[in-house]
Formats: sequence, structure tokens, C-alpha cells
Amino acid sequence: MSLVGELALRQEMLALQDEYVSTLDTDALEHWPEMFVEDCLYEIIPKENADLGLPAPVIHCDSRRMLRDRVVSLRHANIFQPAVYRHFTSGLLIAAADDAQVEMRSSYMVVRTSQAGDSSVFQTGRYHDVVVRDGGRWRFKSKRVIYDTSRIQTALAIPI
Amino acid sequence: MNALSPIAAAPPVVFPRADGSRVPYAVFSDPAIYELEQERIFRGPTWSFLALEAEIKQPGDFKSTFIGDTPVVVTRTEDGGLAAWVNRCAHRGAMVCRQSRGNAASHACVYHQWRYDLEGNLVGVPFLRGIGGQAGMPPEFDRAANGLRKLRVASYAGLIFATFSDEVEPLADYIGPVMGGFIDRIFHKPVEYLGCTRQFSNSNWKLYLENVKDPYHASLLHLFHTTFNIYRVGMKAHCVTDGGHGLHSLIMAIKQDQTETASAYKDQKIRTFDSGFALEDESILALIPEYDVLATNHIQPIFPQLVIQQIHNTLVARQLLPKGPDHFELIFHFFGYEDDDAEMRKLRIKQANLVGPAGYISMEDTEATELVQRGVARDGDLTSVIDMAAGAPDQSDTLITESLIRSFWAGYGKLMGLDALAEAKV
Repeated sequence: MSLVGELALRQEMLALQDEYVSTLDTDALEHWPEMFVEDCLYEIIPKENADLGLPAPVIHCDSRRMLRDRVVSLRHANIFQPAVYRHFTSGLLIAAADDAQVEMRSSYMVVRTSQAGDSSVFQTGRYHDVVVRDGGRWRFKSKRVIYDTSRIQTALAIPI
Repeated sequence: MNALSPIAAAPPVVFPRADGSRVPYAVFSDPAIYELEQERIFRGPTWSFLALEAEIKQPGDFKSTFIGDTPVVVTRTEDGGLAAWVNRCAHRGAMVCRQSRGNAASHACVYHQWRYDLEGNLVGVPFLRGIGGQAGMPPEFDRAANGLRKLRVASYAGLIFATFSDEVEPLADYIGPVMGGFIDRIFHKPVEYLGCTRQFSNSNWKLYLENVKDPYHASLLHLFHTTFNIYRVGMKAHCVTDGGHGLHSLIMAIKQDQTETASAYKDQKIRTFDSGFALEDESILALIPEYDVLATNHIQPIFPQLVIQQIHNTLVARQLLPKGPDHFELIFHFFGYEDDDAEMRKLRIKQANLVGPAGYISMEDTEATELVQRGVARDGDLTSVIDMAAGAPDQSDTLITESLIRSFWAGYGKLMGLDALAEAKV
């Protein structure tokens, strides 16, 4: 791939990442599943399990329908403390790319601000993404969220 | 304990009734109660759950964990047996094992490299005899008397427990025949460890035990349960204690025809029954029969550190660890059976979405326990009111009951030595 091509791809991936973060940080959860292909994998799993090759996740969705179900449940069923979550990403690494598929990794941090008004690091970890062209745009075919912060404070409601 | 100890001087709380139905809120926040629990419960005549045998299969495999707030290590010995010891060097008190899991033929403290075998025996002290005329340890120093603090360790059906107590009855007797039978239901064949997830709550550990002994809340707090008929009042139920000290219990909800349980919620306009809520992907709610009794929920706390859970086809051993008066940690040890086929294993992983820190069902439990913790601040002498089905103590086939919670508090009062104080006051 040419230098210009690499830079263009990097910009596209950064834009995708920014759209993803912005979707979660502005509580536009109904848009979140649309950033995935229909036959997708979205998983949040502690690093301690990923490192040992063990499968136990905290969230594991293997279809876009399951992602929409998660949003409907958050909106209408589950009870959790309202809080503001902000995502920060860094170190985007494009591990493999062709015209149809990109594999990338990045670090993330999520800061939680409680109703009382204090902010704390809720979670840090790595995104392992596989992105494909689908319906005229890039979407996530697979997003594995591998978190370092093994002790989840109270509960994890909003996707990472 | 010296005479000036605040615990000896005055009871930190008094249970006003012997039946466990009135619990002074101070038990959820008083540091003196927490200290007494470490002594009388976690170092007292109880067996604490440490690990699944499937987590430490090979000789030398070890896991760092806790009994109460004391760090301990459980390990598989050379001959395939089990050993557990307090993770504190006999020399100057440093933690010997610094990893959460691993495999080691022996354990050495990094501070001065005192080395222990897997059983906790002291096998090496650098410069024990000194060197070149420079003195070592005194000649009378006895390695055999300076090992790690060893614990009694035992396994029941693949679940490993340990105790500080020399007096507590053997593990199988501590669990008892009733609870043992229900453990056997889940652990009837070899299990495979699938990993763990951890949840930290800003509330007292006993609020979580109340929660898992509370069939009354489950269909009212958790919409997911009610709407999808995982758990409803009116389902066939089985709520029992161990029949002895009353600290262990079981809640089972058993699948039956859907239509007859819905009307109770519709008629009372209960929030959690929302008939307009539907899942697009219902595969998460599958229930593949694997046991004689088709229970949607099997929730079984074995006091003080274990809750065995089967919800549909997801299987978990939850380890409950106190972290000070107003915090606890829950560690969900997911497992399947060694002979699971690919379809069953996939379903178990998918149904992990139901439980754990992000569980459709369980995420609300820590929310509820934290609401209590915040609500009871400052009014330690006030009590909760735990009366549901108090007039029918022998009714075990209902989910509208708080009998398991009352039984727990009565047993807790006895173990803590607070029931006699209560009687003395009356």
C-alpha cells in the first residue's frame, strides 16, 4: 500500500474510532449496533481470562440483534446508577489491511463521573477490532474489548 | 482479647429478636462487628470456599485468594493432594506468593528468600549456618517450627474449602446432607473451569448473602427474569436451609407452563412484567435439559464464601469476599462440564450475559445492596423488617418468603455470640 493509501486508511480508521466513542459518550446507544455487521462478535472479557485462553466474558454478543437487545434492555429493563462515561483512545495500530478488511488495535480508558460529581477511571484495556466494508461504509465485524481493570466497580451497564 | 477491648466492653449490636426477623443496621457498617466476624466467622468454625479443583489440576498449580480478609494460597501438591496456607512469611511477615495464579515447585519469599515447599514447610533459609565464621541463625532455630501457617483443607465434589479451625466438623458434615445433595446435583460429573469475572461493591458482604437468600426480590427487581419467564412468583419453588445451623440455603425455581404465572404480575401492574418487551435474539434464553429437575434457577449459598449458581445453562461458583465493613468483592468462577459438546459450551458462554458484573439479571443486585448501604448510614440501632411468610415457617414451596434470610440471621447471631446478648437484654 502506498504512503498516501496508508495515511488515508489511517484517517478512515481514526474517524471510525471517533464515531464509535462519540456514539457511546453522547448516549446515542441506538446507533451503536449499526456500527457492526449483522453477523458480528462483540465481547468484553477480562485480560486475565484472555491471557489464559479462557472464554468467560462479561458481555458476549454474536449478532447485531443481540447488540440491539442489550440497548433495549438498558433502556427499559435494567436498573443502574446514572453516570457519565467518557472514552479516551490511544496508540492505534493497524496490524493488517486490505481493501475489504482491516485489523487494528488500540488502548482505551473510560472515565466515569458519578451523580455526586466525582470522576474516576472506570476501566482501561485494549480494543482488538476487525473492520470490514459493508453497505458502503466500514463496520466492525469483531470487536473484542479486553480489559485490565479486573475489578468492575458495582456493575458494567453501558457498552465499552 | 484484653478487657479494654471495645468488643469485650459492650456488645456492638443487639439483635432484638431471636428469630432473625429484626436486624440492627449497625451490622452492615460497624468496624467492631467486622473485626468480630473475622475472628468468629472467617477464623471460626466455618469452611471457606477457595477454588474449584479444576482451577489447580497439575502438581504445583496454585491460586492466591482469601479467607475473609486474610490472604491465603491453595495449591496442588506433588502427590495430587491439596494444601492451603496463610500467605505470610514466617520470618518477617511479607507475602510469599505474589502471583494470582501459576505453577511452582516451591515458594520463596523475595525479601530474604526463605523457601517453603508446597505444603508450607520451611525448606530453605539463606546463610542458615552463617558463612566464614560469621554467625547464622542460632543453633536452636527449628525449621520445622517456622513453616507457613497451614490450614485444614478439604474438597467436596470438586469444590475446595479451607478453615483455620481445628474444632469445626469435617467438611461434608459442615455442608450437611440436604445441601450436599443439591451440590451433587450440579457437581455430578467433572467440571472444566472457564474463567472468572470480578465485581466490587460498595456495600457490606452480608447484604449480598441476604440477596441470594431472598426469592421475594428476584421477580420484582429483575425485569429480565419476569418478562421472559425465567423466574416468577407462582413458579414451582423449593426454598430450604441446611436444617442445622441455618446458614446455608437453596432457592430453586422450576419451569412450568408460562400462562398461569403471568396474570399475578399483570393484575398487580408490577413494573417488572412488561409484556411489550421482546428480544430479537432469543437464543440467550435457551434451556437445554441437563438435570432430573428442570430448574431455571438454582441459587445455593454455602456460608460464608460460596454461592453455587445454575441459571438456565450457565454455571458459576461465586466467591464472596469481605473487603472492610462497607465493601465486598464477588468473583464469578464460570464452569462447564468436561464432556460439554460445542453447542452446549457455546450456550454457556452466551448465557454468561445473564450473570456477572454486566449480567442482564444480576447487575441490579449490587445496585440494590448499595442502596441499602447508603440508606442505613447513621441509624445503626434501627432494624430491617423481615416478616414475609413469617406465619408459615414450614412453607418451602413458595418464592414469596423471607424465611431463608431469617434463618441466616439467627445462625449468624449464634455464631457471633450476639444472640445470648440479645436474650440477656430481654
